[in-house]
Amino acid sequence: MTAALMDYDEVLERFEPVLGLEVHVELSTATKMFCGCANVFGTPPNTQVCPTCLGLPGALPVLNGVAVESAMRIGLALNCSIAPWCRFARKNYFYPDMPKNFQTSQYDEPIAVNGSLAVELSGGSLFTVEIERAHMEEDTGKSLHVGGSDGRIHGASHSLLDYNRAGVPLIEVVTKPIEGAEARAPEIARAYVTALRDLLRALNVSDVRMDQGSMRCDANVSLMPRGSSTFGTRTETKNVNSLRSVERAVRYEMCRQGAVLASGGRIVQETRHFDEATASTSAGRRKETSEDYRYFPEPDLVPIAPSDDWVARLRTTLPELPWQRRARAKTEWGLSDLELRDLVNAGALDLIAATVDAGAPAAEARSWWVSYLSQQANSRGVELADLPITPAQLARVIALVAEGALTNNLARQVVDGVLAKEGEPDEIVAAHGLAVVSDDAALTAAVEQALAAAPDVAEKIRGGKVAAAGAIVGAVMKATGGQANAQRVRELVLALVSA
Amino acid sequence: MTRLTRCSAAELAARIHAQDITAVEVTRTHLDRIAAVDPALHAFLHLDGPAALAAAAAVDDGLRRGDPPASPLAGVPLALKDVFTTVDMPTTCGSRMLQGWWPPYDATVTRKLRAAGVVIVGKTNMDEFAMGSSTENSAYGPTRNPWDLDRVPGGSGGGSAAAVAAFEVPLAIGTDTGGSIRQPSAVTGTVGVKPTYGGVSRYGLVAFSSSLDQGGPVARTVLDAALLHEVIGGYDPLDSTSIDAPVPPVVQAARAGATGDLTGIRVGVVSQFRGDGYQPGVRRAFEVAVSRLRELGADIVEVSCPSFDHALPAYYLIAPSECSSNLARFDGMRYGLRVGDDGGRSAEEVMSLTREAGFGPEVKRRIMLGTYALSAGYYDAYYGQAQKVRTLIIRDFAAAFDQVDVLVSPTTPTTAFRIGERVDDPMAMYLSDLCTIPANLAGNAALSVPAGLSDDDGLPVGLQVMAPALADDRAYRVAAAYEAARDDADGGPLVQRVPDLEVAAR
Amino acid sequence: MPTISRDEVAHLARLARLAVTEEELDLFAGQLEVILTSVARVGEVAAADIPPTSHAVGLTDVFRADVPRPGLTQQQALSGAYATEDGRFRVPRILDES
Ligand SMILES: [Mg+2]
Ligand SMILES: [Zn+2]
Repeated sequence: MTAALMDYDEVLERFEPVLGLEVHVELSTATKMFCGCANVFGTPPNTQVCPTCLGLPGALPVLNGVAVESAMRIGLALNCSIAPWCRFARKNYFYPDMPKNFQTSQYDEPIAVNGSLAVELSGGSLFTVEIERAHMEEDTGKSLHVGGSDGRIHGASHSLLDYNRAGVPLIEVVTKPIEGAEARAPEIARAYVTALRDLLRALNVSDVRMDQGSMRCDANVSLMPRGSSTFGTRTETKNVNSLRSVERAVRYEMCRQGAVLASGGRIVQETRHFDEATASTSAGRRKETSEDYRYFPEPDLVPIAPSDDWVARLRTTLPELPWQRRARAKTEWGLSDLELRDLVNAGALDLIAATVDAGAPAAEARSWWVSYLSQQANSRGVELADLPITPAQLARVIALVAEGALTNNLARQVVDGVLAKEGEPDEIVAAHGLAVVSDDAALTAAVEQALAAAPDVAEKIRGGKVAAAGAIVGAVMKATGGQANAQRVRELVLALVSA
Repeated sequence: MTRLTRCSAAELAARIHAQDITAVEVTRTHLDRIAAVDPALHAFLHLDGPAALAAAAAVDDGLRRGDPPASPLAGVPLALKDVFTTVDMPTTCGSRMLQGWWPPYDATVTRKLRAAGVVIVGKTNMDEFAMGSSTENSAYGPTRNPWDLDRVPGGSGGGSAAAVAAFEVPLAIGTDTGGSIRQPSAVTGTVGVKPTYGGVSRYGLVAFSSSLDQGGPVARTVLDAALLHEVIGGYDPLDSTSIDAPVPPVVQAARAGATGDLTGIRVGVVSQFRGDGYQPGVRRAFEVAVSRLRELGADIVEVSCPSFDHALPAYYLIAPSECSSNLARFDGMRYGLRVGDDGGRSAEEVMSLTREAGFGPEVKRRIMLGTYALSAGYYDAYYGQAQKVRTLIIRDFAAAFDQVDVLVSPTTPTTAFRIGERVDDPMAMYLSDLCTIPANLAGNAALSVPAGLSDDDGLPVGLQVMAPALADDRAYRVAAAYEAARDDADGGPLVQRVPDLEVAAR
Repeated sequence: MPTISRDEVAHLARLARLAVTEEELDLFAGQLEVILTSVARVGEVAAADIPPTSHAVGLTDVFRADVPRPGLTQQQALSGAYATEDGRFRVPRILDES
């Protein structure tokens, strides 16, 4: 049964959408949050477990120091303040995928608070999303529902539990209410998750794979009637497993809530589930009373008190962050907003920057990635980043051209070789004998041969028509299969004619 | 000749290490004693004679090969409170919930005992999940006090204390959350120590109240307790609250104290713990103990710790709150009891039926009390306020230890009460821990040493000695000096006067 | 002074997943009332400006190196289970997502 939906434009005419996004990210640490079990994906059930993450009686947690540093680095990258002192709390509720029947999480003392993330929208404008907090917690196990249809929870006869994921470190990044998004609310939601993903990727703290669940987004949506300043009741949509779904889920909820409110109904505060197939949300469990999680400070873990020195040191470990890279590209590479956006959209910015970092001039690097390599990616139907050539390999080809060892034409052949996985650029040059011929003896012979074959041209040159030398250069290039150093050939032509 | 079972752990270890007797012989003698008296006492929930004999034989083999003993206690039998995990024995915590549960891992304390060559003979009875002061809350029936089989041995570690008092073993391990080592030791005439919080690893100790729980030794002499303390103490990277510092020199302190001189030691008598409400015989025994300390050269001063008056209510908010969360994991899904799984009921229903059937009334009462105290609307008035009281108690201790080296009080307000006397009156039961609770809330060290018999009922009284955190050795020094003086005055250790249970056995 | 009703006890029991009986509701309501009245004495202490103590030891920043250590085998992990299936813990049907 599909819900009634209000026309999108009408929703915006009558209401202001308010968003709140909660993103859970699994850290790619070697071990879990509170125990030494390996943090790996896809192993047989209940093989990455120990007394601690199974919640066995007597077992105790010990905090993973790298996870704490990752949390602090994420906080710093999001322009948050790092709390000088914070603790974990226990969030108490019963659920079979949670072995202790409480989640060890940060509650009123998160490690990072009050940040912001500038997200870029199509058209190039920026929208700043305020970050409420980033806190640490642990993931739950996974349940498999048996006996119902398609492993769904409803109608299942029993469930099977695998705790390999239990205790995997999570960082939850929570936005402040996002107001003023207006018609662009769905797009902003998507752009925010995209920007957060890119940021986390640059920090190298998570796989950020929404399809594998290492990044999960809960979208809170409410509508505020025009003229009111009180937020409406919100719903929380879970199970949003792709960037596209984030956008679609927000849009759907806006239209659904608009219809409910317009028909005089009330929005119920509830958890909703997004269905990829129908691009719609459906109601989950309705909470009779507001959940009482009975939070209290986790007695088994001692407080965290990051020193100023520690925070300062972590700040120095931050890589160039996506927006910093964009700002630098604009100024250093002399790009217009439009050019920059095209590079970002093409997924070329990071590749160009990496190629520049490997020693290539920015203009050359950009030219290769946006033209020849983009064509190659298109014809192969893959993302630019997935082409089998690294920025370092491309930088080497560009260097060979600059040294005069390759012509542009030869350089393309070398790149083709790399894409065909024939080896490193230098190996391909050697294997195919692609190096430019700069040996004067060999070139002199070829020039003499060409001049002899075209005495009339030689005469024109001798008579002062220097431009005619081009024809001889062309003939020599053709005779050497394009491997001659054209500049040197030209010098030799002029020298021999006037000799 | 002194019977082997009447020897101290230190004497047994010396004779075993000198190869004068074998560890196997010592273990067998104690297993025989257990077989003779435990049917009347019920101190043990699980015994493993063959495994104990094998562990003892391994110690003997090493000694015969010329290896040095693994520790000063190698070869000595010990009883482990059934709240520590063991891979070779069940761990039930005195609860039906964990009946027959064999943990797949050893607690750090268990691991250290094994590494030290200590022979673990079995697991001792306790109040369910360590909640209680009489061992009557065990799902497997009460333990009896060897001084009078109609009385309780205290709790929650009544099994450990009774086993040591009845010469079933020279050593035992207990846990002390609000007095569960010291209070049973006081009422059974044994020595019981709650080390500084963080001094003994909690890894593998099934949690009751995480911020209060601490494992510690039970013995018949102060020196034996110290020897065991050094075996089980020390830093453990598996426990975040473990203190990364050397174990205080408790053995040295016990030996120094036994020379009997306390000149210059300042002993504070806590005024809050000496008024009305204490059994007259307990009060008189305590006053005698204090004069004995004075005779040994100690300066005795009266010290007031006004916040101690609120320790009991703070404890009965903090401990139940933490327990309501710690015991949530017992839901029948992954281990232990499951009730009501008929194929139709949901996981949620089966959890509720399992917990209803698996927990006894005291555990349920505390879980609900803690659930209430942590609820959104009540948190500040109850749990939050109790944590503030905790701060005040820590400050009272700090101020007291500015003036004195140790504090003393009776360990318990009364001697052992009769089985059944307080079961229907939770508040009366809770009063048993009145004097022991402040040290748990503050995390400092405290012990109970026998202080003679109460002149009104002939039952043991305990003297509590409290020391600052990480100064456990001070409490040992004072207790050892007092013990030596009392033994001299009484013509021998108090515990040797426990009635002969072989005769009393029914 | 706290007064705790039968209904409140029932609510607490539900939160704590205890399928208490009717008799227990009466018993616990009475006992919890007595205990709560007694422990409410913590409220007598003027402690507005006193910081709460959650941990008795003054430790901070206790961390573990991010180095894997062996855990349990699947067989050990499942050894205490009431029922298993395909290497997983088998439990009654779960009513709904959390
Ligand atoms: Mg969360
Ligand atoms: Zn683990």
